[in-house]
Amino acid sequence: MLNTELNLAAPDDVYEALVALHRDLTPAQSRLVNARLILLLANHIGDAEVLRQAMARARAGIEPEGRDDTPQVVA
Amino acid sequence: MDGSAARQVDYQALVLDYVRSPDQDAARPVRHPVVIVGAGPVGLTAAIDLAQQGVPVVLLDEDDRLSTGSRAICFAKRTLEIWDRLGCGERMVETGVTWNLGKVFFRDEPVYSFNLLPEAGHRRPAFVNLQQYYAEGFLLERARALANIDLRWKNRVTGLETGPEGIALTVETPEGEYRLGCDWLVAADGARSPTRRAMGLESRGRSFRDRFLIADIRLEAEAAAAFPTERWFWFDPPFHPGQSVLLHRQPDGVWRIDFQLGWEADPVAERQPERVIPRIQALLGRDTRFTLEWVSVYTFACLRMERFRHGRVLFAGDAAHGVSPFGARGANSGIQDAENLAWKLRLVLAGQAPEGLLDSYDAERVLAAEENIRNSTRSTDFITPKNEASRAFRDATLDLARDCGFARSLVNSGRLSLPSTYRDSPLNTPDTDAFLGAMLPGAPAADAPVRRQGEPGWLLASLGGSGFTGLCFGDGGALPPARLEALRGLARGAVPVQPLLVLPPGAAAAEWPGIACIEDSEGLLARRYDATPGTFYLLRPDQHVAARWRQFDPALVRAALARAIGQG
Repeated sequence: MLNTELNLAAPDDVYEALVALHRDLTPAQSRLVNARLILLLANHIGDAEVLRQAMARARAGIEPEGRDDTPQVVA
Repeated sequence: MDGSAARQVDYQALVLDYVRSPDQDAARPVRHPVVIVGAGPVGLTAAIDLAQQGVPVVLLDEDDRLSTGSRAICFAKRTLEIWDRLGCGERMVETGVTWNLGKVFFRDEPVYSFNLLPEAGHRRPAFVNLQQYYAEGFLLERARALANIDLRWKNRVTGLETGPEGIALTVETPEGEYRLGCDWLVAADGARSPTRRAMGLESRGRSFRDRFLIADIRLEAEAAAAFPTERWFWFDPPFHPGQSVLLHRQPDGVWRIDFQLGWEADPVAERQPERVIPRIQALLGRDTRFTLEWVSVYTFACLRMERFRHGRVLFAGDAAHGVSPFGARGANSGIQDAENLAWKLRLVLAGQAPEGLLDSYDAERVLAAEENIRNSTRSTDFITPKNEASRAFRDATLDLARDCGFARSLVNSGRLSLPSTYRDSPLNTPDTDAFLGAMLPGAPAADAPVRRQGEPGWLLASLGGSGFTGLCFGDGGALPPARLEALRGLARGAVPVQPLLVLPPGAAAAEWPGIACIEDSEGLLARRYDATPGTFYLLRPDQHVAARWRQFDPALVRAALARAIGQG
């Protein structure tokens, strides 16, 4: 079960570190750093159900405005 | 091995003569039990399997040649085991290039390597690489050795009428049309299956917006020595930036190189030698001498028919389903379709099983196709990211793979073909006893080294060629006469179950008439099957587990057999 209550001893320190992580990076570099971070954390958490709940919460309320280079349905 | 007799046949150049069939002069359309359309690897495998089981087969092919170009090149362990049962596995392995190791590179660094067959005690390797024309050539020669396969080249099906009683075909030949009837039609006529179209059926799924270039090259021996017999896969290498490349060895000094080109590439221009050669030189170095054998630019789709059985028509191989090439799941799954179908069709034709048994072909092989499509789609999503975020995850995974163990497991350059376990098949009898390990009902039987009449051999080679087997683990002691009689009784049923007694390592070979014995020479058989003395496995003709128990009970075996042939 995803814990959405405070679980950090020093929340401001962690938030500051997250912001500092991206200092002077281009958007593409930031995207790569975030991807690495998510992969590392996902593996550390290890609980697929918790990860699904976190993904659902992260995606909540966002209506897609972009478009993937999506595969086509073929017959 | 170069220069062996097998190599002297140029299978790509072979022209297979059209021969007039007596059916073309018959007053009334001749009716056959089984017609197979398409003499590719799947059609040939199905024909051999049926013929070996005593079912006469007419095999029609619209062409008069085998595969042009190497096409499918990776044949998996399970496929080789199936071809062993069909009497042509050894040639495939002898001629093929055996490999178990794969390496993945990111930019200019190796990030990950894998061994596909990390344990010993298997007859066949994880894969052999073999040009499709060799595979087809060897299958063809095996088929020609069977009197009840009637191969008809330049026979194109132009008309098809299906009914509850049978199928009427119109076949076009260089000498005009003729009519033909059959009880069952196996459509193994490829991705563009004319049979599927003629019946107004569809194969649906997703196509991917990417193009790939295949270049088969022949390297001189000196240059070839620089590349070990491994599968090498690069993401974003310096010699082909932003795209992926696959390098893989085939027999005869031929190497398969697969370049990702992207969707914008011009498929016609990209196959011109002046475009292809510089790409290869960028990989091999300017001074490496090679010749181009075959070039092709392709796109692919992951798709399948909703059902593989339509009355008396059964679809198999690419006609029924398609995947990306990453994972070697195309031809290999088609071969498994063929073997799944053959024994069921034989029992139905013999009146020993209800027609409903063929619905289990549909259930089991649709499930396998879904599994293959799922794996193939995941690989494709990794190789061809669809947006900026998925590219970032891909690159992050490759980057972390250098020093983080977990990330190496996420690297996906193709999850290589493994046979499906038919976990929820209606033919399975669910376990009532406790077992560990992989040999659950529906699983393909694992091989193990054994000794038979003192000679070293293999479990799978000791199973019956086309029937059910009762694998009975003994403790090496004498069997009570009642047990012996019950085991022999299994072999006398309408659908026989051949008993095969497994003796523990070092046990003296026993002589019980009517019951074959194998010695579990290294103890691996009992380990792989989590067997204890008394354990009994019922194996299907396609070597999948139907049922298992801790003790042999003939009544339970008979009930499980009935279920496994669609009477349950």
